[in-house]
Parts: sequence; C-alpha cells; structure tokens
Amino acid sequence: MGDLFQLVISGTATGAIYALAALGFTLLWQASGTINFAQGEFVMLPAFVILFFLGVGAPLWVAFLLACAVAMLFLGFGFKRAIVDPLIKHGVIPLVIATLGLSIGLKQLAKIVWGAEAHPFPSPFPAGQFSVLGTNVSWADVGTLLLAGLIVFGLQMFLNKTVTGRAMQACAQNTDAAKVLGIDVRKMVLYVFLINAVLAVVAALLVTPTYLAKFDMGDSIGQKAFFAAIIGGFNQTRGALLGGVLIGILENVVGFYVSPAYKEGVALMLFLLVILFRPEGLLGRTEERKV
Amino acid sequence: MNPNLQKGALVAAVVAFAILPTFLKSYGVYLCTLFCVYLMATYGLNLTVGYAGQMSLGQAAFFGIGAYIAAIALKAGLPFLVVLPIAAVACFAVGLALGFPALRVQHHYLAFATLGFNILVYLVMRNEEKITGGTFGISGIPRPSLFGLSLDGALPFFWFTLAFTLALIYALWWLLRSPWGRAFAALRDNPIRAESLGVNITAYTLLAFAIGAACAGIGGVFFAALVQFIEPAPFHFSVSLMMLLAVIVGGSGRFFGPVIGTVVIVLLPEWLRFMQNWYLAVFGFAVVALMMWLPGGILSLTDRFQAKGAAK
Repeated sequence: MGDLFQLVISGTATGAIYALAALGFTLLWQASGTINFAQGEFVMLPAFVILFFLGVGAPLWVAFLLACAVAMLFLGFGFKRAIVDPLIKHGVIPLVIATLGLSIGLKQLAKIVWGAEAHPFPSPFPAGQFSVLGTNVSWADVGTLLLAGLIVFGLQMFLNKTVTGRAMQACAQNTDAAKVLGIDVRKMVLYVFLINAVLAVVAALLVTPTYLAKFDMGDSIGQKAFFAAIIGGFNQTRGALLGGVLIGILENVVGFYVSPAYKEGVALMLFLLVILFRPEGLLGRTEERKV
Repeated sequence: MNPNLQKGALVAAVVAFAILPTFLKSYGVYLCTLFCVYLMATYGLNLTVGYAGQMSLGQAAFFGIGAYIAAIALKAGLPFLVVLPIAAVACFAVGLALGFPALRVQHHYLAFATLGFNILVYLVMRNEEKITGGTFGISGIPRPSLFGLSLDGALPFFWFTLAFTLALIYALWWLLRSPWGRAFAALRDNPIRAESLGVNITAYTLLAFAIGAACAGIGGVFFAALVQFIEPAPFHFSVSLMMLLAVIVGGSGRFFGPVIGTVVIVLLPEWLRFMQNWYLAVFGFAVVALMMWLPGGILSLTDRFQAKGAAK
C-alpha cells in the first residue's frame, strides 16, 4: 500500500509536467488549428537556454525568467510569424509536416551545439524526502506538483475570469463570431503562442532535473503531451491536465507492478482504449464537422 | 511530353538502374538494393498519405514486423516465396486492426495511433528476447534461392529485389487506375463529395492504409534477407518519420514522388557523409522551407513550370 501511494504521488508529479506540455499543445490547437510536432523540442531548447544563463552566472530563477523571455520571442512570436502564419493557409497537413521537419532540425542542431551527452540540470527544489503516513515523499515531487498546479490554476483563472482570457476562448470557439464582436483575433492567437512558450519553459524547468538536458529529451515528453491531450479531450483545457496525470500515474504503476520495459507503452494503450470507447476524449465534446 | 517518349525514358531509366550496380563495389550494390527495399515501403506509404490523405507515422513498424517474421520463418527453413505472402497478410491484418479504431474518429488520429504503435512494436522487439533476440537481434538469416538458383550473391539478389519492387510498383499503378483506385483520388480531393457519391470513406481509407502496411511488410522481408541480421534500431519511430517525409518531399500523391523522396533519405545521406549531423539538421529545416514554398513536394515543380508556360 505504501508503495502504491508513493507511486501515485511521483506519478502525479510526472503527469503534471506532461500536462503542462499537453496544455500548450491543446491551446495551440484550439486557437489556431496547429498541431505542433515540435512541442518536445520546445521543452528541450529552454532547458539548454536555462543552462546557458546558469553558465554565465545567473541564479536559477533569473535564468528561468530570461529563458521565458527568449522562448516567448523565438518559440512563441518567431514560431508563429515564421512558420505558422505562412503555412496555415495551405491547410493542416503541410503545417504538421513542417513542424515534423522543425522537430528534426532543432534536435540535430541541439546535438551539434551541445553534443550528444546528457547535461546535469539543477533542481529548483531542495533535495531529500520527508515521511507522510510511513511513505517517503520527495520534496521535488511536492514542489513540482505545487508549481505545476499553480500554473494550471492560474491559467484557468486567466482564461475564465479575465476579459482577455475570455476573448481568447471566444476565438477558439468561433473565430468569425469573435471577429464580429470586435475581438482582435490575431492578437489573441499570438497570446496563445506566447503562453505555449512559457508553459514549455516551466515544463523544462521541472522535467530536466530528472530527464537531464539532452538533445533528444523532447521525444518522450512530446509524445506524452500528444497522448495526454487526446486522452483528456483535444478541445478541453482541463482534459490535458487529466490526461497528463492519468498517464503519469499509470506509467508508474505499470512500471512497478507489471514490467518497467513496457512503461513507455502505457500512453498508447490508454489512447487506443479512449479512441475506441470515447473518441472525443474523456472530457471532450464532439466537434461538429465543418464543410 | 509525348507519352511514348515518356514510356521510353522510364524504361531507359529502369534499365540504367538495373545495370548500374555491375559497375559498383559491394557497398554500392548494397545501397542500390536498400533503395529498392525502401521504395516498397514508401510506395505503400504513398498510397496512405498521398491517395487516402492520411498521415501514417508507423511505416517502420510494419517494415519491422515483416522483417522479423521473415527472419524467424526463413531461419526455420520456410521458403522465401511462402514467407512473403505470410508477412504481407500479417501486416495487412495488423494494419486493419490498428486503423479501424483510429479512422473511426478523425484525421490526425491515425498519425498518433501509428506513432504510438511504432513505439510499442519497438519495445516488443527490444524486450521479448525469446522471440526477437532483443537488442542482440537475429543473425544468420539465409538469402533465398529461386528455382534452384542461389541468390546469395549481392548482384543476383539486387536483380531479384529490383524485379519484385517493379512488380509491386506496377501492381499499385494498376490498382490506382482501377475504379477502386479512382475512388481514392475522389476521396482525397473532396471527401464529403466522395461520400455523397457513395464512396465509403472509412472503408476505403482503412483499406488503403492496410495495403500500405502490407507493402511495408513485403519490403521488410527483403530487408531481412538483404542485411541478414536484424535488430530493433532500423524499425525505430524516427525511421517512420523519415519514410513519411520521403513521401511528402518527393510529392505525396504523385506516382513517382516516393522515388525522389527515397533518394533524399537513403542515397543522399551516403554521398553527403562528410556532413554527418549537419545533413539531418539541414534536411529538417529544408522540409520546413519546402512546405512553405512547394507544399506539393519536389515533383510539383513540373506543374509550376507548366503553369508558367501556359501563362505566357
């Protein structure tokens, strides 16, 4: 029982990180119909940017903030302007293919610049564990959960309670109606890209201490993000959260009780079950088909 | 261009390619054979991507299933021409089973399902040591013999593979010219209209995907016999990605698109060896650029020239 409790806690923490990446993924999809296959690389690059700022002597939180600024500029604004805007008019598939190409290009570039080895990355949380009801819980897990929870909660509040947030949701639901209501759709879409970039930096900050900074670290987290988004429901922000946490917990449980070798297959099995029985995702709504 | 001239050029190109390896060293012959093997997989994928309009990111998994079936069955002493249909049917069946849940829903779901499937297949290959040999793989796969003629030599095996590749490509060409195949094009160009004309979208797309998977399985059988030693690495998800990009780069839905694309992913990296890591980086960004300026792939350049010529 103690084992299970521990697995659930650390699984929830990992899942929360998946959820952050998945959240950005879902937001991009809702706002612009973009499926970003380079989402994993969007987490990998900030990890190296943070390491770079740490290398020049900045403390971790400064490095993090600077990385957020850099990511917003390049992975948010730059990505939208240079890749999404010119491509979206060709339809979804060329854009998806372009993000696949981008993923390969960025990964290889990272390999050339930073080498193929894994770089250690400092944890933002104190090391060590404490004991609750006879179970050891690490500070890192608790910190990850709190920070990720805070970000998701804050984002939800922003989307639901502020005028800008609601305008962004309106754009996602019906672009034309939003335009008629006088919402600056292009600005709202840009905000979504900026938020996605920041979410990726937070995910990088939380995931890299355990995954280590490596050129291909994005592969796994990117895939988990897709699956989390679909399992939860592609058109629901809360869905990404549920999907991410579900995958995190189940991976841990399967890895411990069944076989660690098949841990990576959990997300797929869950995904297949969901599309068989609830294709719109656990929390999703069915989308009407547009002609 | 005049159709007879086109046919002549095609035959000349094929004959030139068939003679080419006689002037090459053994590694060159190997590369030419590998090129044929990949062609079978990418032609199958072109059916899924280019004609049925679906993204599949798991072609390497089917390629691998074919290769492992071949490795196990050939080592058990089954004749090559028996193994081939077994692998094709197995991949076809797996394709149906995987495609059914995914295609019931929507577009990009097949991409994700095949991506996950590829990861899972890779895990099975690596972990089920009793069947697949794990990371040590399976070695000593025998080359086939045909009517008592041994195909052990690199050149005879190349010709055998080339002949089979051409037969497969011809079969696909015939398929696409049949009424059944024409429904594909209708489906890709305007699915809703095709549906209202009585084309069952799901059934056709599913079949296209499964046939594409079977082609990859056939390619896998030849791959196993070519390299004679298989392990999980050549069937990794990243290989599926390269196969998909090969189809797109060449021009998806264009009959000769996979040829161009396969040159880009199989032969070019060999010539550009000195570039090493840079090749993939440049390739990745080149794909982005290509999607911007030439979303129809390299072969759509011809349309562009024709359009310009017509405008004059």
